Amino acid sequence: MIELLNLTKKFDDFTAVDRVTLSVAAGEIVALLGPNGAGKTTTVRMIGGILRPTEGRAIVAGYDVTRHPREVRRRVGFLTEHPGLYLRMRGREYLEFFGGLMGLTARETERRAIELLDKLDMREAWERRMGTYSKGMRQKMALVRALLHDPPVLLLDEPTSAMDPHSARLVRDAIFTLRDHRRTIMLCTHNLTEAETLADRIAIIRRGRIVALGSIAELKHRLLGPPVMELQLACPVDGVLDLVSNVVKIDGYGDRWLRYTTSDPQVTNPRVLQLLASHQAPVVTLSELPRSLEEVYLRVIEEM
Amino acid sequence: MAAIPWKKWAGTDESIKAVRILVRREIRDALRDWRIVTPIVILTLFFPALMSFVADLALDWVARYGAPIIGERIIPFLLMVVGFFPISFSLVIALETFVGEKERNSLEPLLATPLTDAQLYMGKMLAAMVPPLLAAYLGFAVYLAGLYFFKGWTPEWELLVLMIALTTAEGLVMVSAAVVLSSQATSVRAANLLASFVIVPVALLLQGEAIIMFYANYGVLWWILLFLIVVDVILVRMGVHLFNREELLGREIDELNLGSVWRTFKTHFVWERWFFGRDVEKGPFWLKLTGTICGLYLRELPALLRRSWLAFVLVGIGICGAVFVGCDLAARYNLPAEALRLEELTPEVFTALPDWGWLPNFTPLGIFINNVRALVLAWLLAIFSFGTLAVALLMAPLAIVFFFAAQAARLGYDPFLFLATFVLPHGLFELPAAIIATALSVRLGAALMSPPRGATVGENWLRALAEFTKAFLALTLPLLALAAVIEVYITPLIVILTFSRPGW
Repeated sequence: MIELLNLTKKFDDFTAVDRVTLSVAAGEIVALLGPNGAGKTTTVRMIGGILRPTEGRAIVAGYDVTRHPREVRRRVGFLTEHPGLYLRMRGREYLEFFGGLMGLTARETERRAIELLDKLDMREAWERRMGTYSKGMRQKMALVRALLHDPPVLLLDEPTSAMDPHSARLVRDAIFTLRDHRRTIMLCTHNLTEAETLADRIAIIRRGRIVALGSIAELKHRLLGPPVMELQLACPVDGVLDLVSNVVKIDGYGDRWLRYTTSDPQVTNPRVLQLLASHQAPVVTLSELPRSLEEVYLRVIEEM
Repeated sequence: MAAIPWKKWAGTDESIKAVRILVRREIRDALRDWRIVTPIVILTLFFPALMSFVADLALDWVARYGAPIIGERIIPFLLMVVGFFPISFSLVIALETFVGEKERNSLEPLLATPLTDAQLYMGKMLAAMVPPLLAAYLGFAVYLAGLYFFKGWTPEWELLVLMIALTTAEGLVMVSAAVVLSSQATSVRAANLLASFVIVPVALLLQGEAIIMFYANYGVLWWILLFLIVVDVILVRMGVHLFNREELLGREIDELNLGSVWRTFKTHFVWERWFFGRDVEKGPFWLKLTGTICGLYLRELPALLRRSWLAFVLVGIGICGAVFVGCDLAARYNLPAEALRLEELTPEVFTALPDWGWLPNFTPLGIFINNVRALVLAWLLAIFSFGTLAVALLMAPLAIVFFFAAQAARLGYDPFLFLATFVLPHGLFELPAAIIATALSVRLGAALMSPPRGATVGENWLRALAEFTKAFLALTLPLLALAAVIEVYITPLIVILTFSRPGW
């Protein structure tokens, strides 16, 4: 649904986006992460058919953004970083305006708008002036605007940035539902927890170039090394250290726990457990030590 | 920079619908803003009623002193004022239209819709124009209704049509110029500061119109209307050409970078050395110098003049117009025979020319400075008039020359001999100098309208400025200096030798 090939954007001498190559399939969520000014917004603006690439290609929903930007814009729902509402308008007027520009009839707009507002717990916003909305409501209204024409491709820039936890949860649920309906979703965010929750894959962009791309597990493995497993026992570990060290390399241990690194936990872990079971060692838990996306992100940003 | 695919836009129902949706929203939004509505209501209803009352009083007052004509002239003048005040608001709305949305972050969602650049441009322009224009028409109605009921006064149809057309054309000039400014500025503040480029010429125009209205010379007002329509076409074309999403979103700050300005200027000012294929760069100093001069005069300047062919065509049309105007005036206003006795000309007549007041000292330096000053003034006017006033400034002296040539013909002299003696000797150098400077001034003015693909307005303007400067220094100034010397020492000699001989 989104195919980027050496996508480049230059503003005079400044290269904002530098040969970005990436593809996002239908039903996939890719989060674009990066520091401020890294080129995320310029990239999504090009994907959304707002900015024309200087070099390279971007095919969105089957249309080339350079040759058919209008067709691209018809098929993209763009949630901009700032809600950018017309505050003197009512929610209904605002959505009717954008529905009209997207080619929807008034009846279609109303049906679709109310459905989305209900989903986001915003029904009372329909007749209210948008100047009276809270920050979160404004953000949700902007999301409704982006989803109004039921686009196959969604570009969401900080979708939950101004929302309270309940609203953010509603929006995340809506995004999951959209993924289930095979929408292609690209997410720009600084909220790494949200990216980790929502995204199937992560692209980290720095100085206009994608410096890391892959699933969260892949990135963690690639950048932080193989996963570290922690084994908790109901007895002191002294008795089993020799046993386990025959199978894996032990990184550290305490009174009733030990840690080891394995590049292939699916093979290694059952063997460790089998070994411990055969020697009747009481295993409490065996789990991967949590490593956050933040660690991955910081590693990438510091190293590159 | 992408031009708007106008043909794709024009005429389709879908496009009209999109523009209508945009205009409706903009107008509805503007009419909800009390800061816009209040003055429009005052200027539409109360102000015209007040003007009507003032006109009524003025008519009575001047009638008491036996000067009813003043009252008659005040009524059309106030009609113009009543129409102009509401449309002045179109400027405020239009200036805010893009850059205001950008500041409020509401522009990007709009740019993300399938609207084309042309639809956006047209929608915004119409939205800025329609309410103030309707207010102006309503103001006319209120003012005229007041005069009809108080005084039984009704306007002539010509005046009414003229006022409506002038008001509409002035509104369109202000809106189209302001939309261009708004789409190029990075903040409302910057747009307001740039608005002086619109306000000052329009204010001057209004003053001119006011004077003409007191003379009741409606013929001139029709010419002004024609001029405004031409400016409208230029500005709308400029807006269509310059307006695009890239410019709106790509520009974040308008920092004045003198280093960058200088580099751009220098890039277009310098030229390559050339001397008939020889490797000039490795040669001695004299060869480099020769290469610099040859590169300039044999390659750079001819190429520059070829590139400016369209501007030369426009100047050529202007010269033809000047010839026509000069001859036409001569046919209508005859000089008495004693005013043009060429056989009585003496050298003292030429040296006494400054006594006429507006002519320069009859010395090479005086004439040179006068000509340079005129061409610099043309250059300055070109910047503010898209080049048109530079052509007008060249036309004026030429029209005078052809006026006298035609008068000479009427009085029995050979007009070609008149031109060959009075103009040709120094004109051989002065005219090309003036034509080159004027054509490049036209290019400079027009550079604002249509930058080539990939260049900004500023870059294109700096390029035109660099090329003007180069040609002015290398061609115009030397030619003018030579012409001034000939004009002082040779032209009078030829004139006197030619016309003082008996039998001419």
